[in-house]
Amino acid sequence: MPAVAAGCRFFLHTQARFTSMSLVKWTLKELQDRFTRGDVSAVEIVRAYFLRISVVESKVKAYITLNDKEATLSQAEALDHALSAWRKTEPMMAMPIAVKDNICTENLPTTCGSRMLGNFVPPYSATVVDALRAQQCFLIGKTNLDEFGMGSSTEYSAFGASRNPWKLSRVPGGSSGGSAAAVAADECVAALGTDTGGSIRQPAACCGVVGLKPTYGRVSRYGLIAFASSLDQIGPITKDVMDAALLLNVLAGRDPRDSTSADKPVPDFTRAFKKKDVKKLKIGVPLEFFAEGLDPEVYDAVGEALAVLEDLGGAIEEVSLPHTGVAVATYYIVATAEASSNLARYDGVKYGFRAKERSDLMEMYRATRQEGFGPEVKRRIMLGTYALSSGYYDAYYAKAQAVRTLIREEFGRVFQDVDVLVTPVMPTPAFQLGEKIEDPLQMYLSDLYTISASLAGIPAMSLPCGFSRQGLPIGMQILGRPFEEDVVLRAARAYELATDWRKKRPLIR
Amino acid sequence: MSMKMNHVEHVADLARLQLTREELERFSTQLSHILTYMEELNAVDTAGIPGTASVVASDATALREDEVQPSLSQEQALSNAPEAVDGLFQVPQIISDR
Repeated sequence: MPAVAAGCRFFLHTQARFTSMSLVKWTLKELQDRFTRGDVSAVEIVRAYFLRISVVESKVKAYITLNDKEATLSQAEALDHALSAWRKTEPMMAMPIAVKDNICTENLPTTCGSRMLGNFVPPYSATVVDALRAQQCFLIGKTNLDEFGMGSSTEYSAFGASRNPWKLSRVPGGSSGGSAAAVAADECVAALGTDTGGSIRQPAACCGVVGLKPTYGRVSRYGLIAFASSLDQIGPITKDVMDAALLLNVLAGRDPRDSTSADKPVPDFTRAFKKKDVKKLKIGVPLEFFAEGLDPEVYDAVGEALAVLEDLGGAIEEVSLPHTGVAVATYYIVATAEASSNLARYDGVKYGFRAKERSDLMEMYRATRQEGFGPEVKRRIMLGTYALSSGYYDAYYAKAQAVRTLIREEFGRVFQDVDVLVTPVMPTPAFQLGEKIEDPLQMYLSDLYTISASLAGIPAMSLPCGFSRQGLPIGMQILGRPFEEDVVLRAARAYELATDWRKKRPLIR
Repeated sequence: MSMKMNHVEHVADLARLQLTREELERFSTQLSHILTYMEELNAVDTAGIPGTASVVASDATALREDEVQPSLSQEQALSNAPEAVDGLFQVPQIISDR
């Protein structure tokens, strides 16, 4: 029985080195190292991840579109073949990366979780996708999100909600909930998310993974489908802090195609980890982030994390950010105003959905937008249109922009005294599916702790710092000065190495 | 701040959204609720405070030279059009026959 014998030999061979189930648990750093050493082939990586997806995706529903398995395998075979002659590898070579479905990928559908773009296949890729593809990574698929990034749970996706891998009845957070769930469920080694008011950090916290929103301007937005242009940023969602630095290394940098991308030197962010402690680091604790409304379990977990940081040599200091309480109102005026303007482009003419109604052009526009957009997008367009409309502009939009200045200045003052700030990411662990869907204001208020960093444009990171009694992950947030991602990463990595949270993995059932 | 039905209709018209009766009613309630919450901004003294439209300094966003660069082909640009004809986007007739 030669066929069986050959199969057995292959099986024993792979078992001796690793199994497909252990491969998908490796961090990006581990996978990179093993691939570079030649311990694992590109084909083995692709097979293991597509197998993992076939086992858990029907429960987690992290993806809107999966890349073609056979095409990806062919790509992997070609890569392995080329490498047999030439061993040098790029950092992201053969790494299976998931991309949030509001980031354009040439020839791979990009829907924004909306019926409006349900059939949209971009003729070009975002700059970040080009950067990853240039290193020959595998785009494993496009992840689910709240429609156009508007939501905190993925429940507003036109293609159905994703589930929290830790407890399938809970939301994975949002709007990058698909990316966070995919990383937590080992359906990719790392993912790209986007953050406008917390959409990387909040789902990372919900799913027990790491999420980094870089400084506004650190990463090119070219090819990111705009929600609120003055706030949107692309960033990594990863299994640990080291991986976030590795992915940010590829994403960061000036892009001539995005005039708001910053012309700043990009360090190797992993150099921040040379120091394994936080000695001499001044850590601010903004009192307003620990006030009424914060779940006691989250309060305790973040409090204990601060004690760990103190043991690691950090100097903890209480600070005050008095305008924290008005950040939600400010954000939901600024972001919706920008959204109402950005989403004016969906008119049924150039791309995307068009309604059947065609008595005249205006009726076609109105019907297209009525049928193409879901409820939350319509609500935010309405809110933003109102805030910008004649007679209300000064009372809402101009007022919110002025308060944004105060929020920014307040951070600037606090960062004269301290190097980083530590806060909770969200007031509670992941909530139940359906719990907030009928009450938009409650949904908005769950963004309370993430929104001010977006308004100020500063880097902010979410990482696991414990679990609730019900077994749900709890996240802590570290904020830093503009373009000091390295300082944020250093503090986060020191904490991560001093604790074991990252080693706990969800059992998906 | 409560948002009356006719006002919601006006805003929907500005936004080119053909909302149903039910949506108009729901948004009227929900938006009133949200706008009332936003009134807390009135308590913040912003006299003389300039607004922040972007955290990027305007002098940092240099413009490139105005030179012709490669761009999408006509075929690519039309590849997602719901309706196209003779290499152009097609829309409902906007000028009457006579």
